[in-house]
Amino acid sequence: MSKIIEKAIDQEYKYGFVTDIEQDTLPPGLNEDVIRAISEIKNEPEFMLKWRLKSYRQWLKMEEPTWAKVDYPPIDYQAISYYSAPKKKELNSLDEVDPELLDTYTKLGIPLEEQKMLSGVAVDAVFDSVSVATTFKDELEKHGVIFCPFSEAVQSHPELIKKYLGTVVPHTDNYFAALNSAVFTDGSFVYIPKGVRCPMELSTYFRINAAKTGQFERTLIIADEGSYVSYLEGCTAPMRDENQLHAAVVELVAHEDATIKYSTVQNWYPGDPKTGKGGIYNFVTKRGACLEENSKISWTQVETGSAITWKYPSCILKGDNSVGEFYSVALTNNFQQADTGTKMVHLGKNTKSTIISKGISAGKGQQTYRGGVKIMKNADNARNYSQCDSMLIGEQCGAHTFPYIDVRNPSAQMEHEASTSSIGEDQIYYCNQRGISTEDAVSLIVNGFCKEVFKELPMEFAVEAQKLMEVSLEGAVG
Amino acid sequence: MLEIKNLHVSIDNKKILKGINLTIISGELHAIMGRNGSGKSTLSHVIAGKEGYEIEGEILFNGESLLGKSPEERALAGIFMSFQYPVVISGVNNTYFLKAALNAKLKANGQPELDAMDFLSLIKEKIKLVGMDESYLSRNVNDGFSGGEKKQNEILQLLTLEPTFAILDETDSGLDIDALKIIANGVNQYRNSERGILAITHYQRLLDYMKPDVVHAMIDGKIVKTGDMSLAKELEKKGYSWLID
Repeated sequence: MSKIIEKAIDQEYKYGFVTDIEQDTLPPGLNEDVIRAISEIKNEPEFMLKWRLKSYRQWLKMEEPTWAKVDYPPIDYQAISYYSAPKKKELNSLDEVDPELLDTYTKLGIPLEEQKMLSGVAVDAVFDSVSVATTFKDELEKHGVIFCPFSEAVQSHPELIKKYLGTVVPHTDNYFAALNSAVFTDGSFVYIPKGVRCPMELSTYFRINAAKTGQFERTLIIADEGSYVSYLEGCTAPMRDENQLHAAVVELVAHEDATIKYSTVQNWYPGDPKTGKGGIYNFVTKRGACLEENSKISWTQVETGSAITWKYPSCILKGDNSVGEFYSVALTNNFQQADTGTKMVHLGKNTKSTIISKGISAGKGQQTYRGGVKIMKNADNARNYSQCDSMLIGEQCGAHTFPYIDVRNPSAQMEHEASTSSIGEDQIYYCNQRGISTEDAVSLIVNGFCKEVFKELPMEFAVEAQKLMEVSLEGAVG
Repeated sequence: MLEIKNLHVSIDNKKILKGINLTIISGELHAIMGRNGSGKSTLSHVIAGKEGYEIEGEILFNGESLLGKSPEERALAGIFMSFQYPVVISGVNNTYFLKAALNAKLKANGQPELDAMDFLSLIKEKIKLVGMDESYLSRNVNDGFSGGEKKQNEILQLLTLEPTFAILDETDSGLDIDALKIIANGVNQYRNSERGILAITHYQRLLDYMKPDVVHAMIDGKIVKTGDMSLAKELEKKGYSWLID
C-alpha cells in the first residue's frame, strides 16, 4: 500500500503564478510609525489609529503561542512588509480594473464579469490588501445591505465600526489577533438590516500576491434582528518560495432571530510538495457571537491549502435558544500541518451546538482536531453533538484529536463520537476492477467521507470543493 | 476469447497454481469446481490483475496479453469479476459508484457519459432483473448488506456494466435457494454468444440453473479433469478424492 501511495503523493499547485502589477509597498518592519502610516494611507478617523496603537502595544507584551501541534521556523516579524496595495485605486467599474488583474481572476477560474452576469453572486475582490472591484453593490443597496471593503466602511459607516469592531475578538484575544488589530489593511464589511434576507450569497475572493507581504484581513459581519446572510470566502494563492504570514480576523455578530452562514474554501499555497518549503502560514481567528435569542451562526470550512493552519472558528452562544454549528473538512497532504477545530461556548439557556469535523491526512501530513465545548453555569438544557472523523491515506501521515469538554451545568447533554479509518487496498482494488482509476477511487471515497460537510455548502461551492479535494489529493494514492 | 497457457502462480514462494491451461471461446460458460485451497480464487484474481503474485505463463484476452496490465485496464478491456467477498465502501452511494464505473467504461470506449437522470432510469431497469429493492440504490456500497444482498449487488453491477467476460468467484456461496435462482437468472440474462463466463464454485447447485458448456475439476493448482455437466454431477456425488492418484 505505501508504495502505491508514495507513487502518487505528487501534485503541483495548479494556481502557481504571480501577477506582475505595480505595488505600493511599505518597507519591511513594524513599529508605531508603520501603524501610523497604514492608518494615514487609509485616511482613517482618530479612533481607528488609537485602536491600532493600543493593539500594537498589547501585541508587544504577548508571546507567540506554542501550544498548537504544528512545527515551523521562527517568524521574523520585522522582515515583513505590513502594507502593499495595487497602485490604482477606487474604481467604479470593471473597465477600470487592470486587465492583468482580470486575467489573474480568469486563470483562477473566477471571471468577475461572468459572475456578475450569470451567478448572482456579489463579489468583493480583495487583491492583496486593497479591494479593487466591488460588484452588485446597487442591488444590495436596494435592500439596505452594506457589503463593502472594510476600509470603505470605516469611511462611510464609522459608527458601526466603532460599535462592533473588537467586540467578538478583542484586541487582547491572542497574539495573532492583536497583530491583526494593529496592522490589518483591509477585508470585508457586511451589515444586514433588520428583517432583511440578503438577496444573494456574498462572496469574497482573497488572494495573496506581493512577495514577503503578510496579509492581514479583517472581516466584520453584522446581522441585525431577524436577518439572514450567507457569506462565502474562497482563496487560492500564487506559487512562492517565501513563507507568507496570514493572520486574519473574522468577527460575526448575530442579533435576535438572525442567522449567519459563513462558508470557506481555503486553498493557499501549501508549500513545495517535495520539501514543504514556502507554503502559507495561516493563523486565523474566527469567532461569532449569537448575542440574542434564537440567533444562529454556522461555520462551514473546507481547508486544503497552507503549510501551517491554526484556525478555530468558534461560537459564543449568549442568547437563549441560540445555535452554533461547525462543519469542517481539512486535508493535509505532503508536508502540510493543520491544527484546527472549534470552540462552542454555551452561555444562554437551551443553546445548541453541532460539530462535524472530517480530517484527511495523506503524504507526511499532520493533522490535529482541537475542539472545546464549554457549558457555563447558567446554560440550562444546553446540548452539544460532536463528531470527529479522521481518514488516513498512507503510512507516513498522522491524525490527532483533542476534544476539551467543560460542563458546569448538570442539565447539559453532550454527545461525542470519533472514528479513524483508512482507505484500504481492497477498496481500491474493488474500484479498479470496476474500471475506476485509483485516483478516481480515492476521490470517490474521500468525497463520500466528506459529504456530511459538503452538503452544508452552498451549491456552487460544493461542486468547487469536490473539485478541490480531487486536485489536492491528486496522486495521494497511485 | 480467454486463453491461459501453462500458468504458474505463487505467493511468497508458495506455489498455488501449477500449470493451468484453459481456453474459453465467446458464448461459452466454463465452470471450475474444486475444494477450498485448490487455487480457484487465485486464478480469478490473477485474471483480474490483483497485485502480489509471482506469475509465469501467459494469459491472453482476445489475443492480447493481460499480464502487465493494471486491474482497471483489464476491467476497461471487458473483464469483470464478481467478488467472493464484495468490499464495503462506507460513505459512497451505490448508485454513484455504479455510475462512476459505467462512465469510466463509456469514456474509455469513446462514448458519451451518462448523466444522473439517464443513469437512474437505466439502473432502475437493471435492478428489477436481480430482484433488488430500489432502496439499495441509495445505500452505501455493500454497507450493511447481507451475504446474499452483496452477491445480488455484484450481479447488478455485471448487468449494468455489460462486460464481455465475467468471472464469478463463488457467487453462489452463502446463498439460499431463492437467492441462488435469482443470481442464476441474472447470469443467464447476461449470457449471450458474444460473451464468455468463468464460474468458480464448490457446488453443482448453481450449475443446475446455469448449465455450463464445460466443467473443470481443479485439485492442488491443476485442472485434473475436464468434461461436461455430468462431471459436475459426478463431483457432487463422489467428491474429489477419486481424482487424486
